[in-house]
Amino acid sequence: MKRVYVNEDWCLGCHLCEYNCAYANSGLDDMVKALKGKPVFANVHIEEADGITYAVSCRHCKDPLCVRSCIAGAISIEDGAVKIDREKCVGCLTCVLVCPYGAVAAGANGAAQKCELCLANSCGSPACVKGCPNNAIVYEER
Amino acid sequence: MGEYLIIGNGTAAVGCIEGIRSTDRESGITVISAEEHHVYSRPLISYYLEGKTDLERMLYRPKDFYGKNGVKLIYGRAEKLDPKKRTVTLADKQKKTFDKLCICTGSSPFVPKFEGLETVKKHFTFMTLDDSLALEKALTKDSRVLIVGAGLIGLKCAEGIMGRVGSVTVCDLADRVLSSILDSECAAVMQEHLEKQGMKFMLGDTAVKFKGNKAFMKSGAEVGFDILVLAVGVRAETGLAAQAGCEVNRGIIINDTMQTTVNDIYAAGDCSEGYDSSTGTNRVLAILPNAYMQGRCAGINMAGGESSLNDLIPMNSIGFFGLHCATAGAYPADADIFEEKSGNGIRRLYVKDDCLAGFIIIGDVNRAGVYTSLVREKTRLDERALEMLKASPSLAIFSPEIRRRKLGGAV
Repeated sequence: MKRVYVNEDWCLGCHLCEYNCAYANSGLDDMVKALKGKPVFANVHIEEADGITYAVSCRHCKDPLCVRSCIAGAISIEDGAVKIDREKCVGCLTCVLVCPYGAVAAGANGAAQKCELCLANSCGSPACVKGCPNNAIVYEER
Repeated sequence: MGEYLIIGNGTAAVGCIEGIRSTDRESGITVISAEEHHVYSRPLISYYLEGKTDLERMLYRPKDFYGKNGVKLIYGRAEKLDPKKRTVTLADKQKKTFDKLCICTGSSPFVPKFEGLETVKKHFTFMTLDDSLALEKALTKDSRVLIVGAGLIGLKCAEGIMGRVGSVTVCDLADRVLSSILDSECAAVMQEHLEKQGMKFMLGDTAVKFKGNKAFMKSGAEVGFDILVLAVGVRAETGLAAQAGCEVNRGIIINDTMQTTVNDIYAAGDCSEGYDSSTGTNRVLAILPNAYMQGRCAGINMAGGESSLNDLIPMNSIGFFGLHCATAGAYPADADIFEEKSGNGIRRLYVKDDCLAGFIIIGDVNRAGVYTSLVREKTRLDERALEMLKASPSLAIFSPEIRRRKLGGAV
């Protein structure tokens, strides 16, 4: 299955992936309206270590700890992609506590959120990858 | 592989069913459920009272779960277990045979013998959906509620009903709230937050006697109430296992494949006592994620597959009125402690022998899972890693090689 992978040598640390992610998942068709003056809840985030930057998002693990640990039974695997049923989620954040990558986070309304590969939003494939100016994140089979 | 039988219908049972079915799609599975409900998420009973979920969304697995997995669900209470004849007898005398059995009986509330408890009209425990529904019926907007026990169950109950009653007072013999998961410093932060929401505390004090609507406290104080909730603690349900000759301590003793000391009988979840890798000791690890993982491990082994668990640790993610708390591992007395306070939150890291032994974060818990993985995997931290660890939980704690493996390959 195709997943998002990181080439950290090429990451510029521009944070565009974060904005593109938040915009793609906002449900709005105007980036300014979606993001201006609002807190950004992106499903990808840039980290920095020793002057190197890289993007972190859900790895869509084959045997995910978040799925096994969810106290509400709200996280499941669909065709290899790990998804959160945000209607069922009560925002206990056990998934945040167990994700070894730090790739699940508390969302705007308290429910947990994470990368779902933009498969369900209008983007259709990861917006972070589409908008990355330097191919520092790619969407491919490995 | 023959007939599988599971006693209990909670999280561990679901793990067991899914474990069996990952290996064996054919053989029959029977589940004996003492509660007459489709499997639901027990920890959600307080969220139900708070209005954050409902009976439909509380289902831990979809309605077609049993059918899709070829599971026969029986409502009834298992009363006898004969390991030689391989039979389980229910309260209605129905007999079930098994080739492999998994005991997933969970735990039940521990209610000490209080003098005069029988004179209290409205007293409840808070463990099951039925407990929650019964408590809900008693709530009025003027109710004065006394909760005995300031642990996870007592405080989640308090949060759940806070907006629906007149007052909530919580007492506990311990000198702090959430004493099983928080150290004194962090407990003080959480207590202050809860008090701001209107919760009242009587700590280092507990009810010893009741008479009608009055509790007589150890300190000599008297507390009037309309509703009493007893959340003193829980006990593993080990009776059936003991009957079958399984070794039992505080929970049913299991090895790293979830087998009890009796052949072909497995146990998983809150009723069992397994290995806590954070302390290197055996103990009951009564948390939902471990129940699922133990159940699944048992199921795979019952079906002839191979699975073992030796990296389970205590961990909790719990929030109250918007303030979150993430904890994992152990807090050794001889550890080096790193503490940081920010806003209404606190972060305390326990470092011992160059490893993160445990941590507590109150406030911004995002990425706490990176810390949890360091505890679980006992990752050795060099000086650089320790500095990154103190800065914040992130993959920057790892060496570039390990990080590239984590982000560059399928995991």
